[in-house]
Amino acid sequence: MKSIVQMLVSVLLLGIPGGTAAAYDYPFQDPYVATIIGTPAEFQPKMPEKIDYDLLNVKVFPERTPPDVFWYQRDFRYSLSYQQEEAPLIFVIAGTGSSFHSSSMIFFQKLFYQAGFHVVCLSSPTNMNFIVTASESSVPGDTVDDAKDLYRVMTQIWEQVQDRIKVSDFYLTGYSLGATQSAFVAKLDDEKQVFNFKKVCMINPAVSLYTSAKILDDMVLRALPGGPDTFDAWFKQIFKKFSEFYKIMSHQDLTHDFLYEAYRAIHKTSSPQQENMAGMIGTVFRLSASNMLFTSDVMTNFGLIKPKNMVLGSADSLTGYLVVANRTSFVDYFEELFYPYFQSKRPGLTKAGLIERLGLRSIDAYLRDTPKIMLMHNADDLILAPEDLAFLRDVFGARAKIYPFGGHCGNMEYRDNAAYLLDFFKN
Amino acid sequence: MNRSLSLMLLAVFCILIGCSTAPVQKEPIIPAKRPVSEYVRPDVTYTIEAHDPWEPMNRRIYNFNAIFDEYVFLPVVRAYEYVLPDIAQTGVSNFFKNLTEITNLTNSLLQFKIVKAVNTFGRIMINTTVGLGGLIDVAKTVDGIGRENEDFGQTLGFYGLGPGPYLVLPILGPSSVRDTTGLVADTIVYSLMMQELIGHLGMNDTQEEILNYSLTGLYAIDKRHTESFRYFMTGSPFEYDLIRKLFLLQREFLIDN
Repeated sequence: MKSIVQMLVSVLLLGIPGGTAAAYDYPFQDPYVATIIGTPAEFQPKMPEKIDYDLLNVKVFPERTPPDVFWYQRDFRYSLSYQQEEAPLIFVIAGTGSSFHSSSMIFFQKLFYQAGFHVVCLSSPTNMNFIVTASESSVPGDTVDDAKDLYRVMTQIWEQVQDRIKVSDFYLTGYSLGATQSAFVAKLDDEKQVFNFKKVCMINPAVSLYTSAKILDDMVLRALPGGPDTFDAWFKQIFKKFSEFYKIMSHQDLTHDFLYEAYRAIHKTSSPQQENMAGMIGTVFRLSASNMLFTSDVMTNFGLIKPKNMVLGSADSLTGYLVVANRTSFVDYFEELFYPYFQSKRPGLTKAGLIERLGLRSIDAYLRDTPKIMLMHNADDLILAPEDLAFLRDVFGARAKIYPFGGHCGNMEYRDNAAYLLDFFKN
Repeated sequence: MNRSLSLMLLAVFCILIGCSTAPVQKEPIIPAKRPVSEYVRPDVTYTIEAHDPWEPMNRRIYNFNAIFDEYVFLPVVRAYEYVLPDIAQTGVSNFFKNLTEITNLTNSLLQFKIVKAVNTFGRIMINTTVGLGGLIDVAKTVDGIGRENEDFGQTLGFYGLGPGPYLVLPILGPSSVRDTTGLVADTIVYSLMMQELIGHLGMNDTQEEILNYSLTGLYAIDKRHTESFRYFMTGSPFEYDLIRKLFLLQREFLIDN
């Protein structure tokens, strides 16, 4: 296995196009390499280097003022790229922790804009800006509630931009957690009918959020045989390497984008070990989890990391909280904040019941009976348990496009995938 | 920059930094379930920690910079980008990069980095002549000689001086006591050079002053234009900490190279 990884990485670094005349030529067959490296530019569809877009704000809850320590999160932020003439509008929902402006989101923005769509990019409900400004509970993760929050924001955005653009039809897509949420948003839209989405595409969704979160947590532990106390040493290695290779200030997203780039830099000189790659992916999600957990903790005054009732000012140090938050996993978030929080709001809620609610199985019948929803996934996606893939194949049948490899979202920017996606929406 | 505008900015800055907004504590504080005192051991130095004794002031300046950016700096930069064609923007960037090569040259020499000094000297010669006064980076595109990155902060580090406390500078952003000292020294050298250059244009004092201010303003706009960082867009409540650490580690790396 190791030699395959080495070969693949060297192929990438030398810039030699990988693969032969196989049916599917995405260059990385190892799911870990695919997840981290993604799709190198030469394998992506041809797109302009930059396109015009507007950065816009909505005040979702007019009466809500952010706490002093988050003073800068005043409004919900999103981007709009629009066509001069009448065109379909597509909403894109980001993956875990990511903002509307992360590198994958910019990819979709360009892809759809170039294909003649108006494009609205939305941050994930697990992104800090969303939690502070647009989440009703400020405790993200409940797919039904997250869909309501998303729908509210989308409706407000539509009110804000409808004078400016002419829209023929509405479409919806999302990747990773954003894909799971898009199914719930589509279901809500069938009831409320503001958009009447014509087509919806889910790209690499999680089936059960709890299962996926556990898989990602375990990835960090695999990289830390010395236990959670050694996370810091591991983190340091990544961080230091990153600072050497890249201009610090030029990165928008300090979680996914920058950590994967750091990893690519580390392994320009040495060959990656699979445990390290798993650890890297887990760490990326761990940082998203700690951002989400701390933001949620402050917003709800829950008292998990920040002492309850303590009011933080805009100049107070958060370093100690960051050290604690980095030690906290998704499952910790679920057990210590998410579940107790919802239990206090909904008496009688059981843990099993909550876990069941958080995923696609809870809307099984809807997914089966709704032909406008399409699925793109990978057989080797790391965040799926084996039974999840079987579930998806069964539910979506011919509406599922399952690629043999590509890891978690690694191949979504590959030219064949992009062409398939556009073809689905345009025809 | 004209004097009354500077004074006004200074006043706004003092108001923002000076007024300590001590949060009002209304209810009794209940210890956290995962308290910092239990998880953060005093005998361990964590990766994310840094020598930052003036953290409250630094955080206030960081916040000020974000506001300044949003309401003053970025609108000006956007107007600049709207008015000027892309090719002219690149020309302006190259022009200032060429002028500031003086910093790379002096500091490469001070550290006896002869190859870097020779490369930089070559770049200045090629770009100033063939590159039409620095507007085109011919040295890079034709001869493949890339720009070096040396400054007096690095020179001080090269001779063994540590960074000292972390410091966030108004408008300019992350720095340290050592690097701020370096910045002052580099700015003096640059200003002396500019005075000398402008002195050769045969202008009267007022014209010289106007040119000087215009160039400084344009330089600031170009600096911000070439920098894609946007405050509070990282999606992390710990942005200040992350940027601080990345900055300090990167300086360490630059000094070693």
